[in-house]
Amino acid sequence: MSNQEHTNERVPVMQRVLDNPFLLLFLGVTMPTVLYIIWGIIEIAQIPVAP
Amino acid sequence: MVATPESLPLPAAHEEPRFRTCASTGLKIHLAAQTLIKANAVTAVVFLAIGGLFGLLVALTRWPAVHLLPADWFYLVLTAHGLDVLLLWIIFFEIAILYFASAVLLGSRIAAPRVAWAAYALMLIGGLITNVAVLQGGSTVMFTSYTPMMAAPNFYLGLIIFAVGALVALGVFFGTLVVARDERTYEGSVPLVTFGAITAAIIAVFTLASGAIILIPTYLWSLGLISMPDPLTYKLIWWGMGHSSQQINVSAHVSIWYLIAAVVLGAKPLSEKVSRMAFFLYILFLQLASAHHLMVEPGLSSEWKVFNTSYAMYLAVLGSMIHGMTVPGAIEAAQRANGYDKGLFGWLRHAPWGNPAFAGMFLSLIMFGFIGGISGVVLGTEQINLIMHNTIYVPGHFHGTVVAGTTLAFMAGTWLLLPLIFQREIIWPRIARWQPYIFAIGAGGISLFMMGAGTLGVARRHWDITFADASMSFSYPPAAFLMMGLNGICALFAATGGIMYILTVVATVLWGKRIADGQAVQLASPKARVVTEYGSIEHPKIPGTIILTVIFFVAFVLYYYVNWKYLAEVWPMR
Repeated sequence: MSNQEHTNERVPVMQRVLDNPFLLLFLGVTMPTVLYIIWGIIEIAQIPVAP
Repeated sequence: MVATPESLPLPAAHEEPRFRTCASTGLKIHLAAQTLIKANAVTAVVFLAIGGLFGLLVALTRWPAVHLLPADWFYLVLTAHGLDVLLLWIIFFEIAILYFASAVLLGSRIAAPRVAWAAYALMLIGGLITNVAVLQGGSTVMFTSYTPMMAAPNFYLGLIIFAVGALVALGVFFGTLVVARDERTYEGSVPLVTFGAITAAIIAVFTLASGAIILIPTYLWSLGLISMPDPLTYKLIWWGMGHSSQQINVSAHVSIWYLIAAVVLGAKPLSEKVSRMAFFLYILFLQLASAHHLMVEPGLSSEWKVFNTSYAMYLAVLGSMIHGMTVPGAIEAAQRANGYDKGLFGWLRHAPWGNPAFAGMFLSLIMFGFIGGISGVVLGTEQINLIMHNTIYVPGHFHGTVVAGTTLAFMAGTWLLLPLIFQREIIWPRIARWQPYIFAIGAGGISLFMMGAGTLGVARRHWDITFADASMSFSYPPAAFLMMGLNGICALFAATGGIMYILTVVATVLWGKRIADGQAVQLASPKARVVTEYGSIEHPKIPGTIILTVIFFVAFVLYYYVNWKYLAEVWPMR
C-alpha cells in the first residue's frame, strides 16, 4: 500500500489531479471527443453536397 | 502462496467478502475477484487460440508459394482473425488485468461481483454472436466493416452487446477504486501499476463508447430501419474504437512491464512522478492517433490531420519514450541493487532470461519500441504516410504493437498469473522458458517483413499479389514476394510460440500442481511487495539504460530520415 508520511503536508495540485480517477476520466473522454470526433464531424458536415 | 481464508469486517457489503493472503507478495486477494480474473483470462486465451488459428490461415494464404485458401474463405477468415484477436482476446484479458490492478493490488473487495459476472456474460454472448455471424458467411466485411459494405445484423448486434458488457466491466473497475478508497485499503496515491490500469480503463471508455455510437445506427441500417450512415462519418467514429482499442493495449502492456519488473526483480520506478506524467500524456493524447487511418481522406483538412497526429500524437509518443527508458532503467537500478553492478551491461547479462515472465516482458519492450513505436510515428506523419497508406505496412506496424508488444506482454504476465491467481505451478517449465523467444522471433519477423513488403507497395488485404485473374497485369518486384514468403515462415514461428503458450497454460490450469499453503510463488522475487507501494528508487545509477536509449534514438532518427528520403524518390519535386 502506498504511504504518505507527511499527512499534514499540502498535496501538490498535479498530484491531486492524478489521484482523481474521475477527473482523469473526464479529461480522457473530453479531449478526443472534441479534438478528434466533433472537430472531424464539423469538417465532414461542411463538405458541399454534389450537384 | 498461503490459502488461509480470512475475512475483513466491511460494513458496506451485504455478504462478508472472503480473502486469502499470498505468502510471497503479501497481497490480500478477494476470492470473488480471483474467480472473475480467472474467467476473463481463460476466455481471453480461448479466443487467442481461435483467432491465432485464423491468423495462421491468413499468413499461409498470403505466402505466394502456399496460397492456401480460396478468395471467399480468405476474406471470411481475415474478418474472424481481426475480430477474435484485436477485440476479444485483448479486451477479455484487459478486463482480467483491470480487476487484478484494482481489487488485488489495492487489497480491496471487488465492487458488485454479480454485475461483473453480468458484464462477462454480455461480452461472451456478444463475442459468440459476432463469431457465428462471420462464420455463417454473410458478414465478410473485414474487422473494419466499412459502409456501404453490409454485414448480417447479428454481426453488429454481437459487437454492440460485447461493447456494452465491456463498459459495464469498466464500471465495476471504477467502482472498485471507490470501494478501496472509501474502505481505506490504501493510503495516498494508488500504486503505479494501478495508475496504468486506470489509464487503460479511461481510454477503454472512449473506445467502447465510440464503437457503440457508430455500430448502433449501422445495426439499424442493416435491419432496413434507417438509411445508410455516411461512409466518412462511419470511418471517423469507427476508428475512434478501432485504433483506440489498441491504445488500451499500450497502456495495459506498459502496466504489465512495470508489474513484472516489480514482481520478478523487486524493481521500483525510477520516478513515480515522471512515469505518472507519461501515463497522463496517454490519457490526454493517445486516442487522437486514430486520425492516422484517415490521412488520405479528402474530406478532412490538413489542420485536423496534422493536429491530431503530428502534434498531439507526438505528446503521447513522448509518454511511450519515457516508459521505454524508465522500465529498463528501473530494471537496471534493481539489478545493480541486487549485486549485478559490473560494467555497463552486467545487469542485463545477469537478468533472469530463463524466467518466461521477464524474458517475454523485455522482448515485448524492445520490439514494441523499435518496431511498433517507430513505425507508428512514421505512419502518423501526413507526408510519409502517403508512401505506405493502406499497404501491408499497416498490418506490419500493428503486429509490431499488438502482437510483438501487447500479446507478448500479456503472455509474459500469464506466467505470473498462473501461480499468483490460479495457484498452479507451471506444468512444463522448459516449454514456458522457450516460449517467449520462439513467439518473439515469429512476431518480430512478421512485423518487419510485412513492413518491408508494404514499402514495396504490396496491398494490405489483397488475396492474390500476382493478380492472376486481373484483366490488366501488374507485377510487384521479386523482393516483395520474398518478403511475403519470409512473413509466412515467421508466422509459423509465431504460431509455434502461440501453441506452446496455449497448451502450457491450459495444461497448467487443468493439471498443474497446486501451490500449497505458505509455499513461495514460482518466478517471483522476495521483494515483490514493492508492486503495491507508492515511491521511487533512491539515487538510481542507469548508465546502461542511457546507452540503450541513445541507440533507440539513433535508430528512430535514421528510420525517420530514410522514409523522407524514400518519399523524395517516389515523388520527385521538380
